[in-house]
Amino acid sequence: MTMTFGLQTAAYIVAIVLFILSLGGLSGQESAKRAVWYGIVGMALAVAATVFGPDFALKPIVIGSLVVGALIGAVIAMRVEMTGMPQLVAFMHSFVGLAAVFIGINSDLTPVHHASGAETLIHEIEIFLGVFIGAVTFTGSLVAYGKLAGKVSGQALILPGRHLFNLLMLAAAIALLVLYIQGAGSWTLWVMTAIAAVIGVHLVMAIGGADMPVVVSMLNSYSGWAAAATGFLLGNDLLIVTGALVGSSGAILSYIMCKAMNRHFVSVILGGFGGTSSQAQEIEGEQVAIDIAGVAAALDEAQSIIIVPGYGMAVAQAQQSVSELTRRLRARGKNVRFGIHPVAGRLPGHMNVLLAEAKVPYDIVLEMDEINDDFPDTDVVIVVGSNDTVNPAAQEDPGSPIAGMPVLEVWKSTQVFVLKRGKGRGYSGIENPLFFKENTRMLYGDAKDSFDQLNAAIGT
Amino acid sequence: MLIGIPKEIYEGENRVALTPESAAKIQKLGHSLAVESGAGLAAGFSDQLYADAGVEVKDSADALWSAADVVAKVRPPQADELGRLDGSKTLISFFYPAQSEAELETARVSGARVIAMDMVPRISRAQKMDALSSMANVAGYRAVVEAGNNFGRFFTGQVTAAGKIPPAKVLVIGAGVAGLAAIGTATSLGAITYAFDVRPEVAEQIESMGAEFVFLEFDGESQDGAATGGYAAPSSPEFREKQLEKFRELAPDIDIVITTALIPGRDAPKLWLADMVAAMKPGSVVVDLAAERGGNCDLTQADQKVVSDNGVTIVGYTDFPSRMAAQSSTLYANNIFHMLSDLTPEKDGAINHNMEDDVIRGATVTFDGDITFPPPPPKIKAIAAQPVAKEPEKTPEQIRAAEMAAERRKGLTQFGLLAVGGIGLLALGSVSPPAFLQHFVVFALACFVGFQVIWNVSHALHTPLMAVTNAISGIIIIGALLQVSSDLPVVMILSAISILIATINIVGGFMVTRRMLAMFQKS
Repeated sequence: MTMTFGLQTAAYIVAIVLFILSLGGLSGQESAKRAVWYGIVGMALAVAATVFGPDFALKPIVIGSLVVGALIGAVIAMRVEMTGMPQLVAFMHSFVGLAAVFIGINSDLTPVHHASGAETLIHEIEIFLGVFIGAVTFTGSLVAYGKLAGKVSGQALILPGRHLFNLLMLAAAIALLVLYIQGAGSWTLWVMTAIAAVIGVHLVMAIGGADMPVVVSMLNSYSGWAAAATGFLLGNDLLIVTGALVGSSGAILSYIMCKAMNRHFVSVILGGFGGTSSQAQEIEGEQVAIDIAGVAAALDEAQSIIIVPGYGMAVAQAQQSVSELTRRLRARGKNVRFGIHPVAGRLPGHMNVLLAEAKVPYDIVLEMDEINDDFPDTDVVIVVGSNDTVNPAAQEDPGSPIAGMPVLEVWKSTQVFVLKRGKGRGYSGIENPLFFKENTRMLYGDAKDSFDQLNAAIGT
Repeated sequence: MLIGIPKEIYEGENRVALTPESAAKIQKLGHSLAVESGAGLAAGFSDQLYADAGVEVKDSADALWSAADVVAKVRPPQADELGRLDGSKTLISFFYPAQSEAELETARVSGARVIAMDMVPRISRAQKMDALSSMANVAGYRAVVEAGNNFGRFFTGQVTAAGKIPPAKVLVIGAGVAGLAAIGTATSLGAITYAFDVRPEVAEQIESMGAEFVFLEFDGESQDGAATGGYAAPSSPEFREKQLEKFRELAPDIDIVITTALIPGRDAPKLWLADMVAAMKPGSVVVDLAAERGGNCDLTQADQKVVSDNGVTIVGYTDFPSRMAAQSSTLYANNIFHMLSDLTPEKDGAINHNMEDDVIRGATVTFDGDITFPPPPPKIKAIAAQPVAKEPEKTPEQIRAAEMAAERRKGLTQFGLLAVGGIGLLALGSVSPPAFLQHFVVFALACFVGFQVIWNVSHALHTPLMAVTNAISGIIIIGALLQVSSDLPVVMILSAISILIATINIVGGFMVTRRMLAMFQKS
């Protein structure tokens, strides 16, 4: 069975509409479940229309690749832990990048005959651009995966003269493009691919752990642009549109993350925590510790409780215990809610997924803007594994490196308990005056253990 | 070190400086503990409870004092106790060095180190060992309870079948720790509470406890509590007149007066005069927490409860904390623990009497044969920092002008960007073939659609969004499929690999998204 060209185009249009509906449907939890089906059907339609389309010979190798790929994908999707989502997403981005590189190289190897010189020129630029974006996405995603999976140090690697290094590499890539256009041969493409790969590694290596949400969404965006570039290359509108959708989606996510940290996209991407002006304020006072019984007693008396989770909760795998505590407190008629900072975790929306996995109802999981005004009326706030996102210095100390970053105003509540492994500092390496406030008590220890003990102390 | 806790020998003192609970904490610092038999009995802690907590119980004061390296107690040492001090001992207790010169001299001659719990500086770091505050808190609470005991009516107003009961009106004078505690207790019992203090900055604290601040119209300079370490200072005669006038005005309405006004190192100021007592209704109560220092009320007699000619009860007890010995001992014992904890920084049971430390230096009144009182001013300035000078308020015109300028700048930027983009597109259009431009139009439109659609995605779904877009970006499989039919073996192999990994992406991405979304549930 084969389709006509017209039928194929029609199928592509339907697929595009379904993709747009799929992304749009993610605006709410209930419609999102439907939205995924739109995406799946759209994708199935697009692949089927291509495979059964005109001029396509269905070879065993294609069927084999599809089946094996589907099996591997299914196994990965079923096995992955929810705390491992950031790694998985980063890793999968690298596939798109690699595929873009391969397709670009294939186009270079396949001889084409164009009518005009301008068309040839554009075709060559498209190949170059597709391969460049693909290679950056590929190695960048691999490094991001390594960092998120803890296989590469999460610290930002700051080489001396790194901006100059990036610029030089970019200039070299452009020079190679010029050579390529002038017909110097395929070697220029190989060299450029290698350079782009180095750029990808270097860019992501220079970015530290807590900026990872931005990096992952940026790579997401790149993978979309890579697909779009491939679409130009092959003259395929489906690829262009879908790539552009994904690309702009990633770009917006990156923008949202950066705004949540009150930082410029460029400064995040170029890495490091730069541009602090004056000396940060000295903090006086001391961190006062408390034991499980003390926290349990306070929770017992409290009516309104807000839990503020951060990356530390994911590290300690404490979400189930947090959920259990929430369930027990809610069973006693207490108002328990969650306050989520937009950049909490290592992936946009990371905390929401972890809490959802632990069966915390999503209607008590609120965003920073929704809950920030409620802190003054809150009896107890439990901060578990957050640091910079609850740092009052962002508002009180203009000299702080995070000054101006929107933060959860937990210190305005009656009592704050901070669960922390030790007396260390946050990602940004600055002291957190919250820990020294009079209404703050520190509960040291592993977050999961602490919550388990709290559950035991509170009882069913 | 062996920390010894003697039985208080002051007449009627029920408190004790150690509880079984604090004993456990002190032992964790590496110290061993001994307690005189019967020391905690009046506060409800039997010898057995101490023994169970691992505290050695000594039969007599002699045995205890001779064995202990550090003696911790509540009341200032009596003559007997001072006689037991020697160069090898450290004493931690209340001392009131400013009023006890003779005792201070005796302690100095003995060579003992004396830490006065009442001299702990009022800085944030030292709050946990601020025994004056913890005892004042108890006193404030107890003052209301005593008032209630002598007041033949309800605190709270009620409308019942048997008639309407008006709420009691309570006036608290002096909003220090004791005053605030009294305010909190009185309001929670349902009384209408008013409070007065010479330091205007405490108005906020008073209101936060639920009382109404009695505002005094006064043009002269008002007091700045922060300059005197958070305590009140004597006021000017004009101010005092104004203040008394206000009290006179309030007196007939007030059912219960609780006075807590103290000025460090002086007799208590007389604030509730005989004529005010006379103006009060019969059955009213005055509780004077300053009785030990002469009292704020003219009629106060220390340690006595007296009734005035017009039937107003004036309570002048000086031992409020001792009357709630179990509570106040618990708090005081914790203060002592924190002091010991600061004295034992290494938690190795060795006392490090560090005279460089602001808190320890401030509280130490005799040290190795020297009188170290009064201490030098603490290096860290106390309590609240001075309010920062505010930026001058902008006038509405200025704000509007700034807004307009910003809007104009934004408009110019947008216009500039549009112009640059338009020229770029024109340039592109003039050189590129029509097929490319068609694709470009599609691309530009798709970008806009993408931007519009994604803005609506809720934050909670950002991770599923990334997984979905990741799956959708697997659309690159189409490119690979288009190339796989090539005759070149290299191209075919690379395409096949691309198909494989793009499929992983598609299937994995969609499945993991479904898994995630299935977890989101409403309560």
